[in-house]
Amino acid sequence: MIQEIPITHVLVLSSFLFFCGICGFIIRRNLITLLMAVELILNAVSINFVVFNKYLFPHQMEGLFFALFVIGIAAAEAAVAIALIINVYRRLGSIQVEDVAEMKY
Amino acid sequence: MNLSFVVLIFILPLLVFAVLGLAGMYLRPRLAGLLATGITGIVFLLSLLTAWIYFRLPVHSAGIYQPVIPVSFEWLRFSDRLVATLGILLDPVAVMMLVVVSFVSLMVHWYSLGYMQGEKGFQRYYAFLSLFTFSMMSLVVATNLVQMYIFWELVGISSYLLIGFYYTRPAAIAAAKKAFIVTRFADLGFLIGILLLSYYAGTFDFGLIVGNHASSVGVVSSSFAGLKVVEWAMLLVFMGAAGKSAMFPLHIWLPDAMEGPTPVSALIHAATMVVAGVYLIARMFPVYYFHAPAVLSLIAYTGAFTSLFAAIIACTQTDIKRVLAFSTLSQIGYMMLSLGVSGYGQQDSAGYTASLFHLFTHAMFKSLLFLAAGAVIHAVHENSILRMGGLRKYMPSTHLAFLVGCLAIAGIPFFSGFYSKEEILIAAWEHHKALFFVAWLVAGLTAFYMFRLYFTVFWGRDRYYHHPVNEAPRSMRIPLLVLSFISIVAGYVPFGRYVSAAGHFSETHFYPGIAIASVTIALIGILIAMKMYARPNAFPEKLTKKMGLFYVAACNRFYIDEGYLFITKKIIFNPIAHTVAWVDRHVVDGMVNAIAKITEEIAFRIRKMQGGQVQEYGLIMAASATGLALLLIYLATN
Repeated sequence: MIQEIPITHVLVLSSFLFFCGICGFIIRRNLITLLMAVELILNAVSINFVVFNKYLFPHQMEGLFFALFVIGIAAAEAAVAIALIINVYRRLGSIQVEDVAEMKY
Repeated sequence: MNLSFVVLIFILPLLVFAVLGLAGMYLRPRLAGLLATGITGIVFLLSLLTAWIYFRLPVHSAGIYQPVIPVSFEWLRFSDRLVATLGILLDPVAVMMLVVVSFVSLMVHWYSLGYMQGEKGFQRYYAFLSLFTFSMMSLVVATNLVQMYIFWELVGISSYLLIGFYYTRPAAIAAAKKAFIVTRFADLGFLIGILLLSYYAGTFDFGLIVGNHASSVGVVSSSFAGLKVVEWAMLLVFMGAAGKSAMFPLHIWLPDAMEGPTPVSALIHAATMVVAGVYLIARMFPVYYFHAPAVLSLIAYTGAFTSLFAAIIACTQTDIKRVLAFSTLSQIGYMMLSLGVSGYGQQDSAGYTASLFHLFTHAMFKSLLFLAAGAVIHAVHENSILRMGGLRKYMPSTHLAFLVGCLAIAGIPFFSGFYSKEEILIAAWEHHKALFFVAWLVAGLTAFYMFRLYFTVFWGRDRYYHHPVNEAPRSMRIPLLVLSFISIVAGYVPFGRYVSAAGHFSETHFYPGIAIASVTIALIGILIAMKMYARPNAFPEKLTKKMGLFYVAACNRFYIDEGYLFITKKIIFNPIAHTVAWVDRHVVDGMVNAIAKITEEIAFRIRKMQGGQVQEYGLIMAASATGLALLLIYLATN
């Protein structure tokens, strides 16, 4: 069962996912890919919630609920983000992140 | 009998002020004037009723009139003991003032119906008059120093508004500002005096301050520059009184205040507001007498000096209203002198009674003189007496009214001024012979300059006037008639029975010697004036030549105004104010400007960081968060 896996393994996994997300967010140029990177970050956080809940407070469920919340909000956020990206594409004709630089000094 | 109806005396004029001030422009001028006049008439009747009831209250016994407070409520509580209340204090002096103020105000309201007819801002004029009536009536019944101070300022502002009534004339605006600033400066002293006094006495209330609490002020031994605290406080209170009553050297605003409409000069700058200083000293009289006798003598000397000084100037002025203004100064100086030499107690308080008696009669005959002068100005459209003459044929009733006023102020027997002036001279004779001679001399000067005015304006050479000179309209003649009558009979009021320093009966003595002396000098003054001015002759010119520099100085009011201008412009404005302005502009403003400049510069440099690239922001954020996390871990593990 899950108790046989040490917590560090799972945490290493979530950290790996998290930094993959950060790295992708910083170095990729396509807005869709950026969105996917953000999803990775969110999933890493969800894993952390579930794991800490299971290992530290097995009789409570707040962590699980939070994970569910994160999944729900991520879905909503994806819808908003894609709508934004579509509008950016219509306006600028590109979804390359360096082209979206209107909001500067 | 219930006295709470007294509140109406104050509410009614305030209501009129509100109505005329807010909606006056929608009323017809005539209606607005009649409304204000009618209400003032009611206020006068209520004041008479108040006096009637007050002097018949059962609390008085054996000729001692107790103060009564029919209305009072707490307004501000500073500490357990120090409370500012608003209320109505009725005692013989306050009741007398209520009647005088409402009566003169009524006469002036009535008179103005004719005098101000057709003026622009007629409704505004009546609104201000009502505001003044309200403030002055509330001032005289103040139960405590704070209430008095509030209304003291309110009469000041009404005076300011009315002096500057013709606001398109630069002279009027300058005069209004001058009056306001000079009295404000004096009121600063008054305020500090109130604070000092109330701090040490622990109360604002007149009854308590002049009663037993006065001793607690008196025993405070702390002193400053050789004077005890209570003496400083009373000196500062006198400074406020001197400013409002235009005592030397704070008198400079009153002659200029004549720029206002003439009825206003009659009401505010002759009969009521300018005597508020005398009233204040009379209110605080026991404190002066018992705890600050040095200040009381100063009051006497100031009064005597002002009366002489103003009388000399009045002899040389050529503007009819300015002569009257200096005459007012001189008469208020009389009242102050009389207060200053008064004692306290059953026999000794003749000066106190005489001062308030003179205040009472002076209000009547001086407002009469001003209103008559107003009728003359109204008829000839001219202020300078050099361009008037022979008016007795054109304006017989004004002539008579003016003559009555002159006889009253000159102190001719059977006219009111004689009786009150007589008592002042007696009080001065009993306490201070030197001051008596000053007052006696001033009596002669008064007769001289008043009859100089009278003979120049109504006798003398017939002048050529640009338009026909007509007698004043009826709305102006009737107040003149009423005031003439009162100016004759006011002297027969048994004043000492009602008003005296300790609330006791005060017997008025009569010294035939002093009466003869004062009447003689008055007659001499009148005769000289008649010789010089009744018929055109060369004597006045010769005399002015002979007097030389003294005449020129008196003509220029002894250069007091120029002295003030020199001090303010050359000494205060130039070196001090300019330095302060420079510091303000370059140091204080400079610091603020420098901060703004530095911020702008920094912002200009660092704004490049906002490059619009989301990934840059993300990188910086992630790097910072990582850095912070590392720092925290490092700190936690060590």
